[in-house]
Amino acid sequence: MSSDLIAPMPLLQVRNLTVDYIGENAIARAVNGIDFDIAEGEAFGLAGESGCGKSTVAFALARLTRLPGLVSGGSIRFRGEEVLDFGPERLRKYRWNEVSFVFQSAMNALNPVMRVSEQIMDTVRAHQPKATGDEVRARALEMFDLVGIPSRRLDDYPHQFSGGMRQRIGIAIAMCLNPRLVIMDEPTTALDVVVQRDIIEQICDLKNNLGFSVLFITHDLGLMIEFCDRIGVMYAGELVETAAADQILTAPRHPYTRALGQSFPPLTGPRRRLEGIAGSPPPLSALPQGCRFSPRCTSAVALCGIEVPTLQTDPQTKGQVACHLAQ
Amino acid sequence: MSSGTMNAEMLTVAPTVAPTVASTGAPAAILAMSHVDMDFTLGSGFLNRMTLRAVSDVSLSLHAGQALALVGESGSGKSTIARILARLYRQTSGTITRAGADVASFTAKDLATYRRDVQMIFQDPFASLNPTHTVGYHLERAIRLHRPNLSRPEVRDHIDALLTQVGLLPARSFAERRPHEISGGQRQRVSIARALSVEPSVILADEPTSMLDVSVRLGVLNLLADLKEHRKLAALYITHDIATARYFAEQTAVLFAGNLVEQGPSTVITETPQHPYTRLLIESVPNPANRITGTAPRRSQDIALRAPTSRGCPFVSRCPRATSICQTEMPVQTWLGDGHFVRCHNL
Repeated sequence: MSSDLIAPMPLLQVRNLTVDYIGENAIARAVNGIDFDIAEGEAFGLAGESGCGKSTVAFALARLTRLPGLVSGGSIRFRGEEVLDFGPERLRKYRWNEVSFVFQSAMNALNPVMRVSEQIMDTVRAHQPKATGDEVRARALEMFDLVGIPSRRLDDYPHQFSGGMRQRIGIAIAMCLNPRLVIMDEPTTALDVVVQRDIIEQICDLKNNLGFSVLFITHDLGLMIEFCDRIGVMYAGELVETAAADQILTAPRHPYTRALGQSFPPLTGPRRRLEGIAGSPPPLSALPQGCRFSPRCTSAVALCGIEVPTLQTDPQTKGQVACHLAQ
Repeated sequence: MSSGTMNAEMLTVAPTVAPTVASTGAPAAILAMSHVDMDFTLGSGFLNRMTLRAVSDVSLSLHAGQALALVGESGSGKSTIARILARLYRQTSGTITRAGADVASFTAKDLATYRRDVQMIFQDPFASLNPTHTVGYHLERAIRLHRPNLSRPEVRDHIDALLTQVGLLPARSFAERRPHEISGGQRQRVSIARALSVEPSVILADEPTSMLDVSVRLGVLNLLADLKEHRKLAALYITHDIATARYFAEQTAVLFAGNLVEQGPSTVITETPQHPYTRLLIESVPNPANRITGTAPRRSQDIALRAPTSRGCPFVSRCPRATSICQTEMPVQTWLGDGHFVRCHNL
């Protein structure tokens, strides 16, 4: 539905992004040359098991990769500019003004001995040094209003808020400079379903009003499909499929996507046994030959253990899949 | 079927003493709690102290080869109930019965047997294993404590058999590994093996899969389901995920602020929920068939802490059906047949 509306220049263009973790005796390639775009106003999801490289990608996009992690290749273009070439000054502007982050445990991301007002105002001051004290405080109040927390609570400490409210404050801090891309790494994972539903509705409302793009990372495929426009599925550091969100469950093309979709017990119908995905993802130090999913794949053929499948784009759906059997 | 289609004849309001499952003719429970309250004292000093009622008048029973899921949000008292059943907390009032016998009358020897018989599996497989010891040591210690007469080779064989049973193969190699050398799902399998090592008849599993990846979650749940069936274990499955509750457990009980608000067969609870809180829970589960629009009204709210003197239904502040009686009186159980009950004034 949104594919016709994608502007010629995407907001973010990632090409052949490669991230390594340097060990004492070995190098583990956590992200192995992945490509994807995020359009203006689009919500793009990255799905996959723990350790598949989702968060590593997110950190690399914000240039937050630290040793032993190393972005060893590829390109990240933000509105056409190469992010990997940014110097300290340009990077400072890029971070938070243009790209901000909501972390999984916003509850732990807040400083427990600082009033939350200070923490929001700090962020504004750090990036807009010319703003006056009143302007900064007004902005903090506005952000509280935006995420639906009463303004009288602005000067409370983090422990005085519930988990859901702290996550809202994390979102407020991410929004306070009006970024164009918000990276959300498991923003609701630590919360109860009812609170999760509220927060995700709120994020969606903010996105509708402010028009930012989202990179959404979660292991909860159901939630991702509800929230995102497009989804990329990662396995062992590689992108194995990208598709419109509504296609991921109904018309998966990669066997891993299909297996992932069948790992969630349904809320209706007869109670029957599901098998999930046998085995576990390969350690990055001992990757299998050929397709990385082939040892766990129930439909693998001989070729899968020999040749690495490349990501192929379907001209009609614009979906991409890296599987010998889908081509 | 909606609540509107139900007529008064179908509803049988429970007498003052609510019938337990045992008294309705079902087989006797292996483990049961009856009218249990649990109070905690918060704060210190004379003025700041207050009493929190974490569990209020909860009755439930566990049966051989069956699982009961306890569902509710954080702070609703789910783990407290498991801890009372594991004798880690002593309830403020009410009784725990093991095969019909009141645990309060147990001798020290009976209690030792009880502790062996009722085993817990904890949420965090990263915190529940000692990082300095091998997998084999964790199992060996439990086996030696509860069965001191086994010889060394017998203990070893027992460890291998347990690891095989939980699918950690080759068993010898896993027995020699330390927790950091195995994955989260494998650690949870070790926790299950440790619980099984003393041959319990009841398993209390407190969010056993919530820290695990979706792809391994089913494997652990399937393992628990097989054990439940083959060993005729009674299981209490604590979770905030109503979909896995339905998947694993035959019965589901919904807990809100320490009160059981609805209980029944899992399929009935998820498909025709009657309590407004159960409905809210189910509506909140991510559903790939929906699309988030950002326009839905805000539904969550902090739960007010309950004191022993609190009156009325705990859900009243969030309830779309609330009427004046809800402010003052906790509803009794309304039985809807098939062991399904709901506590709501406005069905």
